[in-house]
Amino acid sequence: MLYYTLNRLALALVIVSVVMLLLFSMIYLIPGDPAAVALGPRATEAMREALRVKIGLDQPIWVQFWNFFTSAWTGDLGREVLSDRPVAAVVLEQLPFTMALIFSGVGWSVALGIPLGCWAAVKRNSLADHIVGVISVAVIAVPSFVVAIYALLLFAVTLRWLPAIGAGESGNFFDQLVHLILPSLAVGIGWVGYIARMVRASMLESMGAQHVRTARAFGLPESRIVYQYALKIAILPTITLLGVGIGQMLSSAVFAEIVFARPGVGKLVYDAILTRNYPLVTGTVLVTTVLFVLINLLADLIVGMLDPRVRSGL
Amino acid sequence: MSEAVSKGAGPIRRILSEPLGVVGVVLVLVVVLGAVFADVLATVDPSSISPRDRFLPPSLAHPFGTDHLGRDLFSRVLHGSRIALAVALFATAASLSIGIVLGLIAGFGPRWLDALLILLFDSVKSFPTVMLALALVTLFGPSLTAVIVVVVLVNVPGYARIVRTQTLSMKDADFVAAAESMGAGFSRILRVHILPNAIGPLLILASMDIPVVIAIEAGMSFLGLGVRPPTPSWGAILNDGFTAIRDTSWIAVAGGLPIIVTTLGFTFLGETVRDVFDPRLKVR
Repeated sequence: MLYYTLNRLALALVIVSVVMLLLFSMIYLIPGDPAAVALGPRATEAMREALRVKIGLDQPIWVQFWNFFTSAWTGDLGREVLSDRPVAAVVLEQLPFTMALIFSGVGWSVALGIPLGCWAAVKRNSLADHIVGVISVAVIAVPSFVVAIYALLLFAVTLRWLPAIGAGESGNFFDQLVHLILPSLAVGIGWVGYIARMVRASMLESMGAQHVRTARAFGLPESRIVYQYALKIAILPTITLLGVGIGQMLSSAVFAEIVFARPGVGKLVYDAILTRNYPLVTGTVLVTTVLFVLINLLADLIVGMLDPRVRSGL
Repeated sequence: MSEAVSKGAGPIRRILSEPLGVVGVVLVLVVVLGAVFADVLATVDPSSISPRDRFLPPSLAHPFGTDHLGRDLFSRVLHGSRIALAVALFATAASLSIGIVLGLIAGFGPRWLDALLILLFDSVKSFPTVMLALALVTLFGPSLTAVIVVVVLVNVPGYARIVRTQTLSMKDADFVAAAESMGAGFSRILRVHILPNAIGPLLILASMDIPVVIAIEAGMSFLGLGVRPPTPSWGAILNDGFTAIRDTSWIAVAGGLPIIVTTLGFTFLGETVRDVFDPRLKVR
């Protein structure tokens, strides 16, 4: 397990480094002089030159990369152009909103996906099973931004049941929760399908397991067999699947934040692109990508812990 | 899978024997026919502006209504399907070709090159898709090119891995060694032994990726980072609808509906194709 953990950890570090290299080449390749873009058309040549020296653009490319690389590892992502605040601080300020959104999305997918998958497994090959199967495929297929717009249209604009924009009054927990309902539905609904399919598949497997057959032979009530014995085992692969899910929900969260005008890293990076605030763009992309790598690493480690075959398969 | 159709039946009959497959085929046909006959079905120019007719609800003259500039939404949706399908087709073909080449290089090349490519694939896969798209748009500017580059980057690692795995398992196989000893050249081994074994799983994976590609195009255009106006794209229409959501709901409905129909159609079809041709790939 130690070897496996170290191996995965080393791989994650290498991947993050390559990601940094890719991002750096991207900044380097952006057409136009970053100093001119940052200062606008009314700046003098002397001002541009001063900024170039200040952000290190006068150095050779490998020195620039080394500076970018070393400062990024120590958490210094540069300063954003508009307010001259450290990029890392701005991103970390917005991250909790996005995490709240993603975890509420996970909440939806677990709350709906597990019972649906269970139900489909218990009623295997019935009409209910087929309907759950089709619904699962359908919610996976439809892009989250379409779900977001339609949810906004139906529940906020037409029916006026739920608020349309913002994250709610700060400090007012209930208000914030109400503001989370629609965006998190848009983020999580696709994963209802994945979870339902996964739970169904592993439930079918665990319902045939020896201990479940023994429980049935002893005449335990069916509901207890299903929920206490079979589901307990079937839930493990689902937890690891969620590791991948959280990473992908990050993409949906970007759309949900823009549609529902919520604060968060998605809104941050989108606004940064529109205002050509490039340090903020690369900083946000880097932070979210590292987060994505970490979550996948965690999922990998949990799988390795639960299943020794994965460890030796390296 | 229904037992009535035997294993030996033709592939199309086997797909059509599945209810989900039939629904998929019908939905895909609707979209493809709409794209092919867009000029015949919608006689109004998708870009012609008519300020007096803005925000009209659906009527006989405008089956889907009109948008904030008075453009006919039915015509825009039909012409948008051309963009969506063209991107799906072109970007998937490009990803497949690049994936096959890189997979072969990884499989046949020296070990360090293989390791480097795998590392590169893993790194590209580490970006959340939207973040990758946003980063690339800062590089290329909002354009169709940016959309295609994003799709290629997202898809290539998966395709290349399949070809690589296939190559690695084949290149030391006895029958390949036998072919080699009988004087078969590299290109013959590739054509006769390696590619035919990889092409099935590749095509199944590609067909299941098509709805994802369509979602990427629509999503980027929705954010204003893909196809530039006034070119009609479903994502752009959805964005027009989002902007005008308090004036009328028809634009948003008209922009979202074709995306739903197309992604559902291709997903149902892709799932059926996979179940019919390679049930082993059914992971979840």
